[in-house]
Amino acid sequence: MKVTVTIDRRPEIADPEGTTVKRALHDLGFTEAAAVRMDRVIHLEVEGDDPALVRDRVEEMCRQLLANPVLEDFTVEVDAGPT
Amino acid sequence: MKAAVVVFPGVNCEHDVVHALRSLGGEAELVWHRDTDLSDFDGVVLPGGFAHGDALRTGAIARFSPAMNEVARIAAAGAPVLGICNGWQILCESGLVPGAHIANRDLSFICRFEEVEVVDTNSVLTRGAEPGQRLRIPLNSYEGNWVDPSGTGRVVLRYVDDPNGSQGRAAAVANETGNVVGVMPHPERATDELLGSRDGQVLLESFLHSLVPA
Repeated sequence: MKVTVTIDRRPEIADPEGTTVKRALHDLGFTEAAAVRMDRVIHLEVEGDDPALVRDRVEEMCRQLLANPVLEDFTVEVDAGPT
Repeated sequence: MKAAVVVFPGVNCEHDVVHALRSLGGEAELVWHRDTDLSDFDGVVLPGGFAHGDALRTGAIARFSPAMNEVARIAAAGAPVLGICNGWQILCESGLVPGAHIANRDLSFICRFEEVEVVDTNSVLTRGAEPGQRLRIPLNSYEGNWVDPSGTGRVVLRYVDDPNGSQGRAAAVANETGNVVGVMPHPERATDELLGSRDGQVLLESFLHSLVPA
């Protein structure tokens, strides 16, 4: 099933890329862009029938490899498809 | 007394490190990242480069290489472990030194000499140096901006200027016991007048003198 992992850098950690993009938006006149964070989305296709089990496994992938606990939080969305 | 220099796919400073250590009278040998037995060695260097192409995050994949189990064992035994540039990033991902690295504050790849100051001599990288001593060493990195929310990393070298936003202007950080150190500038590239500086010698000599038979 399709799984979407979003890796968010914690708000208290600097995001130099986001800061640069925000500056560029302001230069273009989009001054309403008050904050820009460059987070990361990972799309996975995971084998399995049980959405809860798939979620557990993907959360474990995040803890071991996909996210760095020093800098980042993660969220996992499992798309179990039409039921 | 011999140091292992671990070669991960994509690393590119391994020969420089071996050459520099040998030129200072040390013994050093390349080992492959899949090696599972480093018991012949008394210390380890993780050299700079781009292990696994920096996929996902710098050092994120390299930390799972089989040789890293041996690096962790050697670190736990109190023997010297030095990570240079990408090697420091791998040590952070492994949790052997605190913190992590993000992109340089100004998003520039920095490739130039930087002046660093010795702030703590209780580490295998700095024990032969004098507190306050200033050294000119080449910096060569995009993700040299060290952050340590835990506040537990011990800065042993700090930049005189602030090239990349690194917390506490950290250029090198040690673990609590000082036997595991990560350094962002390249001491191995400052070991000969032909390279424009010999200031890296005192650091690598400190490392070599820290090697004791396992």
